[in-house]
Amino acid sequence: MWRHIKTATILYLVLTVLTGVLYPLVVTAIAQIAMPAQANGSLIERGGRPVGSTLIGQAFTGPGYFWSRPSATGPMPYNAAASSGSNLGPTNPALEAAVRERIAALRAADPGNLSPVPVDLVTSSGSGLDPHISPAAAEFQADRVALARGMDPARVRALVGEYTDGRTFGLLGEPRVRVLELNLALDAAAGAP
Amino acid sequence: MGGFLLPGLSTGWTSWLQIALYLLVLLAAAVPLGNYMARVLEGQPHLLSRAFGRLERSIYRVAGVREDDQMGWKAYALALLAFSLVGTLAVYGLQRLQGALPLNPAAMGAVPPGLAFNTAISFVSNTNWQAYSGEATMSYLTQMLGLTVQNFVSAASGIAVLVALIRGFRARQAAALGSFWVDLVRSTLYILLPFSAILALVLVASGVVQTFKPYRVVDLVEPTAIDQPVLDAAGAPVLDAAGEPVTESVPLTTQTLALGPAASQIAIKQLGTNGGGFFNANAAHPLENPSPWSNFLEMLALLLLPAALCVTFGRMVGDLRQAWALLATMTLLFVALLLPAVAAEQAGNPRLAATGVDDVAGSMQAGGNMEGKETRFGVANSALWATATTAASNGSVNAMHDSFTPIGGAVPLFLMLLGEVVFGGVGSGLYGLLIFAILAVFVAGLMVGRTPEYLGKKIEAYEMKMASLVILVPPIVVLGSTALALSTSAGRAAVFNPGAHGFSEVLYAFASMANNNGSAFGGLGANAPFYNTLGGIGMFIGRFAIMVPVLAIAGSLAAKKSIPVGAGTLPTHTPLFVTLLISTVLIVGALTFIPALALGPIVEHLLLWGIGQ
Repeated sequence: MWRHIKTATILYLVLTVLTGVLYPLVVTAIAQIAMPAQANGSLIERGGRPVGSTLIGQAFTGPGYFWSRPSATGPMPYNAAASSGSNLGPTNPALEAAVRERIAALRAADPGNLSPVPVDLVTSSGSGLDPHISPAAAEFQADRVALARGMDPARVRALVGEYTDGRTFGLLGEPRVRVLELNLALDAAAGAP
Repeated sequence: MGGFLLPGLSTGWTSWLQIALYLLVLLAAAVPLGNYMARVLEGQPHLLSRAFGRLERSIYRVAGVREDDQMGWKAYALALLAFSLVGTLAVYGLQRLQGALPLNPAAMGAVPPGLAFNTAISFVSNTNWQAYSGEATMSYLTQMLGLTVQNFVSAASGIAVLVALIRGFRARQAAALGSFWVDLVRSTLYILLPFSAILALVLVASGVVQTFKPYRVVDLVEPTAIDQPVLDAAGAPVLDAAGEPVTESVPLTTQTLALGPAASQIAIKQLGTNGGGFFNANAAHPLENPSPWSNFLEMLALLLLPAALCVTFGRMVGDLRQAWALLATMTLLFVALLLPAVAAEQAGNPRLAATGVDDVAGSMQAGGNMEGKETRFGVANSALWATATTAASNGSVNAMHDSFTPIGGAVPLFLMLLGEVVFGGVGSGLYGLLIFAILAVFVAGLMVGRTPEYLGKKIEAYEMKMASLVILVPPIVVLGSTALALSTSAGRAAVFNPGAHGFSEVLYAFASMANNNGSAFGGLGANAPFYNTLGGIGMFIGRFAIMVPVLAIAGSLAAKKSIPVGAGTLPTHTPLFVTLLISTVLIVGALTFIPALALGPIVEHLLLWGIGQ
């Protein structure tokens, strides 16, 4: 057994250098040289300051912004240093209560809107950082945003279309709207609300 | 229950097309990769032997390993155990000392002993159960030197044990199972490392982070305020007259983005069926799995090596028909369990539909049960991933299984309970299924009254005793631990969701740990002494109390003479045998676990849809 332990220790050290040091260092070096934007978090800048990542959502509560999906991270939503889902089970009464509360908030911000609420807009995402909403969830909010900003609804919908990604290769994944970038574009188009 | 009875009709055709494309690419890629791995493991010249051959030989020289060494099964098992022991101590030590070590920009302190013990066993046993949150617990150094290394070598150990078993079938009255050290080094150097490096770089291109810079603070586009508890000078919360904590509104103007060398770890976590996320939300985290394209690649990597190893096996025993039979068995079981998972998630949650929410799939939304799912993946890719990650003993998740519908959650649970043999872990899935194949020929032999044989080797009492251990140990650990957890207050205290779903959380946890999967119904508060200790022991047993009997079978088979195929031999490459093997896996799994499943997901499904009320 002692002989095995000795061989095991030597091999463990050698493989640690290979897989735990050289491998991540080489990958990092190539990534940082060839793809620095992606490797460092796909940051978005506005006026020379970073205002988020194209891949990480932020919380929005004003009527003039498109709202992101509910987030279950703590202590605040969209805490990108503590990703988390709600882990609420399908029969947990707290799930139904939370959904009813979110529907009420959406209705209160947009009293004239009688269409049913798309499910992704009232359910929390797996990461709590989902940067996307469904096109249905964007359409649900388009008139509210236009009204709050005094913008032409057609102009708002055109911007939504601009920030909508289709399925990759027309097949993979789901169509989705990039909320943070869309809201930044709205600010740029019409000034902050 | 209407929507649930007509599954395919409510799901868009793109969902099914994506799933079909996934299976097609997986099986097509498995063939050349399996051929390549056979050459590597046989020590024949191959694509990379010129580039890395010198490195390989110098590793053997430094470690004092003879390349042509032939170990008996006991020596092979001892080498495996010694190597795993060294790994466990290294990962434990790194976690305990990380506060004093470099590459720790977020200033993480020492991981507490119980959690460090659980995590060390978890990564050495290829489970990657995570009772911690990566971005809030582990330093960059621990993630690299401890966890990434284990991602490689625990997968390589799985391949090694599989190769030893294959050599047992092939040997002619010899004790020769090869050298654990050589199999370990070759698997790491020629299979896991190069494919991980390529995958890591492709993932970075799609947006996965790979950096040593500290967490990045950015401005919020819409600054807001949050309520925080007021703390007194000693740091304790201030209470009001009614005994409730006093809160104050604090402005919130920034967001902190957790970063790190993630892509390099994610590549091997998928390829090595490890599954441990860099971030807490695992592959649901947008910096770990940013797009449908990265999702497709990560899902492909998840089942690639287990599928390709079937082809490797066929090559090494010199009969590819055996490989097709095993691959067909795995694929059929996979598809049969995938369909109800997709259908159930697409049918959604009737309690939410009752609130007036629109969850019908259409061109504008994926619909279905979106709680715990990401918009870019929707229902189809979340259910496909959940099925693949539990068919393989991977355990990474791109959606939160705890929030799946009862049937959608029962599928991953059942796949783990089957013993992780539907593709399964790298190496471990196939040796697990080969043990079921031994059981299947034994059952067939009983029916016709002949001594069973598999691949020319007689299956006798010793092999059956060891095979029984392999098949019985995980269920005993799962059901025993679940019962213990539910009958103690320490076990029940961790349950998050009420009712039948709470039972499922506990059953899922031990199914995951004892079968070395690592996914969780994440609501369970598993970072508690009870679960850290019992689960750590369960993961150890689930790994090594399987590997050692498998090696014992390999040793026993190697010593036997090979008998020629006769008129009474049951062919093991026919559709008849595939049917027999599928039935064996399903019957063992169903007889063992249906009562437990009835208490969890089955009763929850009936309650959710109001059936029988």
